[in-house]
Amino acid sequence: MKLALSPEEVAFRDDLNRFYRTEIPQEIRDKVQYGLDLTRDDVVTSHKILNDAGLAVPRWPVEWGGKNWTPMQLHLWEDELQLASVPDPLTFNANMIGPVIAQFGSPELKQRFLPATAALDIWWCQGFSEPDAGSDLASLRTTAVRDGDSYIVNGQKIWTTMAQWADWIFCLVRTDPNAPKRQAGISLVLFDVKTPGVTIRPIKLIDGRHEVNEVFFENVRVPADQLVGEENQGWTYAKFLLGNERTGITAVGRTKVRLAVAKEYAAQAKSGKSTLLDDPRFAARLAGIENELLALELTLLRVVANSSEGRPNPASSVLKMRGSELQQAATELLLDIAGPDALPVGGAETASPDWAQRTGPSYLNFRKTTIYGGSSEVQRTIIASTILGL
Amino acid sequence: MDFELTEEQVLLGATVRDLLARAYDQESRLKTLETESGWSREVWSQLAELGVLGLSFDEEDGGAGAGPVETMVVLEELGRRQAPEPLLDAVLLPGGLVRAVGTAEQRQRILPEVAGGARLLAFAHDEPGSRWPDTEVAVTAVADGSGFRLSGVKNPVAHGDCADELVVSAVLPTGGTGLFLVAATAEGVRRTPYRTYDERRGAQIDFESAPAELLGGPEAGDASGAIAAAIVAAQASLNAEAVGAMTEALRLTSEYLKTRKQFGVTLSKFQALTHRAADMYVSLELARSMSYYATAALADGVTDPMIASRAKLQVDRSGRHIGQEAVQMHGGIGITTEYPVSHYVARLTAIGRTFGSDLEHLRLLADRVAGYGLAEL
Repeated sequence: MKLALSPEEVAFRDDLNRFYRTEIPQEIRDKVQYGLDLTRDDVVTSHKILNDAGLAVPRWPVEWGGKNWTPMQLHLWEDELQLASVPDPLTFNANMIGPVIAQFGSPELKQRFLPATAALDIWWCQGFSEPDAGSDLASLRTTAVRDGDSYIVNGQKIWTTMAQWADWIFCLVRTDPNAPKRQAGISLVLFDVKTPGVTIRPIKLIDGRHEVNEVFFENVRVPADQLVGEENQGWTYAKFLLGNERTGITAVGRTKVRLAVAKEYAAQAKSGKSTLLDDPRFAARLAGIENELLALELTLLRVVANSSEGRPNPASSVLKMRGSELQQAATELLLDIAGPDALPVGGAETASPDWAQRTGPSYLNFRKTTIYGGSSEVQRTIIASTILGL
Repeated sequence: MDFELTEEQVLLGATVRDLLARAYDQESRLKTLETESGWSREVWSQLAELGVLGLSFDEEDGGAGAGPVETMVVLEELGRRQAPEPLLDAVLLPGGLVRAVGTAEQRQRILPEVAGGARLLAFAHDEPGSRWPDTEVAVTAVADGSGFRLSGVKNPVAHGDCADELVVSAVLPTGGTGLFLVAATAEGVRRTPYRTYDERRGAQIDFESAPAELLGGPEAGDASGAIAAAIVAAQASLNAEAVGAMTEALRLTSEYLKTRKQFGVTLSKFQALTHRAADMYVSLELARSMSYYATAALADGVTDPMIASRAKLQVDRSGRHIGQEAVQMHGGIGITTEYPVSHYVARLTAIGRTFGSDLEHLRLLADRVAGYGLAEL
């Protein structure tokens, strides 16, 4: 049992730390640190700088830009990125469709899509959820019917994150409505969101912003060579993809930064004759959240330090569940520090500071974290069945 | 970074687990708890033969020279089986102080006998009204020839009822806190034994000019640092015991949900219950991570009270959560003494109030939270 990193790991970490803090523009990192909205250009700029340095897709196979790093190196790469407030490489590209194509795609598909996906020359979005298929994803109804060299896609997707900025969509479709099991008749297809018949409609969220969309398909013609892997094997690919998604949502580094920012603000916020940070009840709440975060970080490190290559660890459900809850706890803390100053939104001419005005929408937006990527209830079911055998 | 046990450490755990499984079934354990001492001399001898009692002592003191990780492994097994033998109270904590502060002569006189199971120690430190992290003691020491005489009251003294020799903290004539060796049968020592709510034993000990030997010899000064370090190590041991107890409490609960039928189906068909069991698992893993953290720090030679409090805060909270939920999901059977889960819950409750409760650990962390930006490992 050893807490310390090896000298090689320390050097590796320090190199990354230096790179992130010197090569990614300060302005972009400030936005991440203080919770401001990123533009599409910010995300692309940051992603491209990472990719040019070989740091955007380290989990991919080496021939497509991956690094063959140890689990600990991958952890340090991600942790330092979060602590330096660098935007994540676009998750739809780096963590979702890229690894699926690399694992299951034909040589032609890999050649055609992987370099552009790694470089974010294509911005992908995810066409999985439907109005009647959320946690119960296998009940999806969007159909794809083979017609010569094409599939004709009809149906509707929902909660499609950043579809308004996307170039292409990776989409689960039902290709065999008569399959004996619902999971068996599903395929994964790729297509340009500008294909005729695709309509993207924004959904305004609880925080007043535009982040997700409904996407409608009406006789969308998709060339058959844009099918990933084999027809009717899409469920396998989706499970592979979602397994990658879950571990990425822990966000310990991001929550740490958010708590550090909370301390900055709390040290300036008046409370009685002193500051909020000096209020023992507030300090106890902050210390409590911080301690739970530390326990989660150590749990993450246990998974990382002892993980065998490629084997999904059931503890990843613990990480997803607690990680998302602590993200919420941190945004709630910030909202409480802001107090009444959180009420105005976009009130540039008011006395309420900008940061305080952002805390309400941010708190409300983060309600999503225990819902997406497998809700907390789904994670509990996974723990109960796969770990406890219930 | 590494959180895996070595092969030897795994083997040590398995050996202790086997020994305790042979020593105790539910019935024999209950019988042992009813005896006057509340634990078994026979099991104690077996632990001594296995080298468990001397595990953490140096080889020249009759020990095995093992470290905090081995201690953690053993305590986790004691916690899992709820073996009542006082390894922490009679050996690790007071023996650790003798090892840290004692002269070579004192160590060699005392520790081999402790490792062999023939001599039991107890650490008499808490005083009426004191509460972790108080370090002030009121028991006084006055010089008397080549030795000292102690006066005052110590309570509670965990397993003070069975100790042969007490390691007592007391105010030195020159100021500061010293540690003293006092024979439990010495004139001027009065013991009032009692049972505790977690089925262990303790005693109040009154000293009335009781003869005492200064630990560390005549040159020994203030031992506050050694006491603080010993308590940090004891907290890590309690964490490990609690993790063992929580592991078993959750296992018993999962088994119960799979077998107990209500409304014609097993309880495991009710999602309201399985989701709560999943939350218990989350609590357990977080506690385990923190226990490993505190132990790994000790193994690196770091005795940091902040790390100790971080770990124990999580362990205490997890212990309360798992204990309460285990009882609730067992229904009525969970609050009977004949069914084991109640014993785990009682013990977890006591551990959560030994060497600081969540309230006190949180206060310590909160007092320092403004002193740094990012919390780092």
